Amino acid sequence: MKNRSLVSINDFTKSEILKIVELAAQFEANPNQDLLKHKIVASLFFEPSTRTRLSFETAINRLGGRVVGFMDASSSSTTKGESLKDTIKMVSNYADLIVMRHPLEGSARYASEQSSVPIVNAGDGANQHPTQTLLDLYSIKKTQGTLENLNIFMVGDLKYGRTVHSLLQAMSHFNPVFNFISPEELRMPDEYKFWLDSMGIKYYEHSEFTDIISRADILYMTRVQRERFVDPIEYEKVKDVYILNNAMLDNTKDNLRILHPLPRVNEIDVDVDNNPKAYYFEQAENGVYARMAVMSSILGLV
Amino acid sequence: MSEKKELSVSAIEEGTVIDHIPADCLFKVISILGLDNCGNLITFGTNLGSQRYGKKAIIKVADKFFEDEDLNRIALVAPYARLNIIKDYEVVEKKHVTVPQEIVGIAKCFNPQCITNNENITTHFSLVNANVLALKCHYCEKITTEEHLKIL
Ligand SMILES: [Zn+2]
Repeated sequence: MKNRSLVSINDFTKSEILKIVELAAQFEANPNQDLLKHKIVASLFFEPSTRTRLSFETAINRLGGRVVGFMDASSSSTTKGESLKDTIKMVSNYADLIVMRHPLEGSARYASEQSSVPIVNAGDGANQHPTQTLLDLYSIKKTQGTLENLNIFMVGDLKYGRTVHSLLQAMSHFNPVFNFISPEELRMPDEYKFWLDSMGIKYYEHSEFTDIISRADILYMTRVQRERFVDPIEYEKVKDVYILNNAMLDNTKDNLRILHPLPRVNEIDVDVDNNPKAYYFEQAENGVYARMAVMSSILGLV
Repeated sequence: MSEKKELSVSAIEEGTVIDHIPADCLFKVISILGLDNCGNLITFGTNLGSQRYGKKAIIKVADKFFEDEDLNRIALVAPYARLNIIKDYEVVEKKHVTVPQEIVGIAKCFNPQCITNNENITTHFSLVNANVLALKCHYCEKITTEEHLKIL
């Protein structure tokens, strides 16, 4: 992985994914290390994303590195019409690594081609957010003891949710069974279903969120947003159907864990928070260790 | 026989004849091959009758022999194009085009949120499916299909 950018989760092989997951566990056991001492990481957030930025900056600080950069494009020269290419060319002369968040899809791949230092994609529009996927994988491994042969339920907006698409692609290395629960309007796109078919991976689709989750090892929740519906009446019909509450967890497996990329709005009732199967806050913490693992392996420090 | 007749209209001694171009793609083919900046003698005919397209176009370029790689670039707009290589007024070789695996700088990504549609960047696709033309953008990873395909 040394000196390679991380743009898309598809750039990583199964063994590279496992390496990151293993490294994340080591960082969690020993979170303060000086591996990035004397290294400068540029954190370029062309759109605000406080949660992701804080997670990366915490990871950099825990590794003893220093951060330069900007938090949103309005404070950078891009508002003066500077091209992404020029910004990246300039910053890659200053820093050892660039963490970049950008609203346009494909911007991270393009930046990686212009940069003289590795780029870590911290989200390019609706396209990829690979460190989110790696922290999801780490969370699954940690709670289930394995990534192999799991029954993964994905719930909510499966059409636009980039986190579910990336997780689906990454989990395909590990012989999963998928269950997709979503409103008709927000079903998993055909291209992903064709791809699963071609890989021989089983999946089932449901429009009702019922006790079928009693078979789940992982319940991956996402938001159903009003603006995704052409017809607001359709949204009103489904908006309460996809909300998880504590009573629904009564007959679920002991090892079930509930994940959510956060921020949550109302798709998980707060009465779930104290259930030992709720894992979304720990999941967010895992992001720091996954990002420490990504940055230190890209810089060839581990 | 009909081929012979067409060639006799403005026969070329040496060069390339590109036949079976859909009539509405003539100027796209000219632009993809860079013929608009070519100093050679070029003749073309369009809106000729064709069983396959209804209307077809034909281009004759004197003293020019293209690399297969360049010719294959026109397969995106003229997948059934046929090439006749002419030497001394005779067809010495016939060629078909095939859609290349990598398509650089010809097609436009259909995704308005793609970086290639927002900055001055050469587009780059890989071929996902040649039968129903489907191109995967190297940048945004979205798939542009034949119905949404626009040539730059
Ligand atoms: Zn694109």
